[in-house]
Amino acid sequence: MGLLIKALAKSPWVFHLSTGSCNNCDIEVIDALTPRFDAERFGAVLVGSVRHADALLVCGAMNRKCVPRVKRIWEQAAKPCLVIAIGSCALGQGIFRGSYAVGEPVDKYLPVSAYVPGCPPKPEAILLGVVKALEALKGK
Amino acid sequence: MTLQGALYPILWLVVFPGFLFTGVVGLLITWIDRKVTARVQMRVGPPWYQPFADVLKLLLKETIVPAGSSRLAFLGAPLVALAGAVLVSTMVWVALIWPEKSFVGDLFVLIYMMVLPSLGLILGGAASRNPLAAAGASREMKLVLGYELPFILALAVVIAKSGGAIRLGEIVARQNAGGAIAASVSGALALIAVILVIQAKAGLVPFDQAEAETELMGGALIEYSGAPLAAFRLSKAMLYFALPVFAVAVLTGGIHSSVAPAGMVLDPLKVLYLVLKIVGVIVIMVLIRNTNPRVRIEHAVRFFWGPVTAIAGVAVVLAIIGRAYGVAWL
Repeated sequence: MGLLIKALAKSPWVFHLSTGSCNNCDIEVIDALTPRFDAERFGAVLVGSVRHADALLVCGAMNRKCVPRVKRIWEQAAKPCLVIAIGSCALGQGIFRGSYAVGEPVDKYLPVSAYVPGCPPKPEAILLGVVKALEALKGK
Repeated sequence: MTLQGALYPILWLVVFPGFLFTGVVGLLITWIDRKVTARVQMRVGPPWYQPFADVLKLLLKETIVPAGSSRLAFLGAPLVALAGAVLVSTMVWVALIWPEKSFVGDLFVLIYMMVLPSLGLILGGAASRNPLAAAGASREMKLVLGYELPFILALAVVIAKSGGAIRLGEIVARQNAGGAIAASVSGALALIAVILVIQAKAGLVPFDQAEAETELMGGALIEYSGAPLAAFRLSKAMLYFALPVFAVAVLTGGIHSSVAPAGMVLDPLKVLYLVLKIVGVIVIMVLIRNTNPRVRIEHAVRFFWGPVTAIAGVAVVLAIIGRAYGVAWL
């Protein structure tokens, strides 16, 4: 297990999962992967299939329609897999709190390893969130 | 057969030109490819151990077999791909280093072996019960249909230029003694066709339609996780090394025979020249990859059946004319 964690910390492949966000966090996640921030320095690359993913970047207020689909996607990911909640909505539903369309925040459904606050969070903050989640994983 | 005679082929397959050597060098080449790509995009790029960390992580991660898929084909396909890549590399290196050790007709065996990684991708994609994987598998099938024609025509040039030799060792030995095939007009044209074909065989942009990340989310590899995915990535890395070596072997020969300095088996300068030729082909592949977008599958097939087949066809005609009239430079 120790070797796996070490290797995973050096190559976290991220999968971007939007649970009904306003698109702002999604744009910032994509920004974090652009040449300016160069997430590949840490071995992080964006993968298209959740089967390849080591970290789910979840953004959005988790509306009721998304809940079963998010759970299904989490079940499809090969473990160990981190969950990183990005943006105020994913953390505590932000401005959508109390809306008829949203159920409960992400951490009621998935085991979240790191929270990245902000509306939207900066790309630097997202990278820091991934790095901190990996450090927490190594500390375990 | 003596014990030593039985052990050497196993040693070749597992250690020196085979699994270990090709795997390590192939992964290093994928790192160089990623680093150069990063520098082209004005990024820093990954550290040198990145491909090794990727493969190690995938080997240790959970392997998921999708419900309803064919388990045997799904898990067997990566091994087919890996076996193909290892065999190609071993046979080419044996012919390069010991030209007398290769067997008659191994050029044709190699043509078949080089299809194995693609076949593994097609098998795995079709077995994984995912519509996007099926789309990726069908694209890979079309791509194979596209590039095999110019590839075989280009190899026909090699056979014609080396006097009907179908033994890779003999082709290499002839060039070691009498100069590279690529130094003639038909040989140069064949080299262009072969480089374009191995770009597609290695599954690099512009011919990576089968695992297009942006449209098919990984295509044929979409359902793969853990060790089988590591096997596919390793086989791709091996091909990235073995295919340029093959191109160099058939078209420019190996370590040119010469009198080595006293006490040495191989002339270090000639070995350096061989390494530089291989690096040159790899650099061309990286540059093609970095300066082109992914083309649509029908454009790729049209490209291979049109211009590339035309180039290879002209090369065959020139080679046959040159042979009939005894013109060496044609």
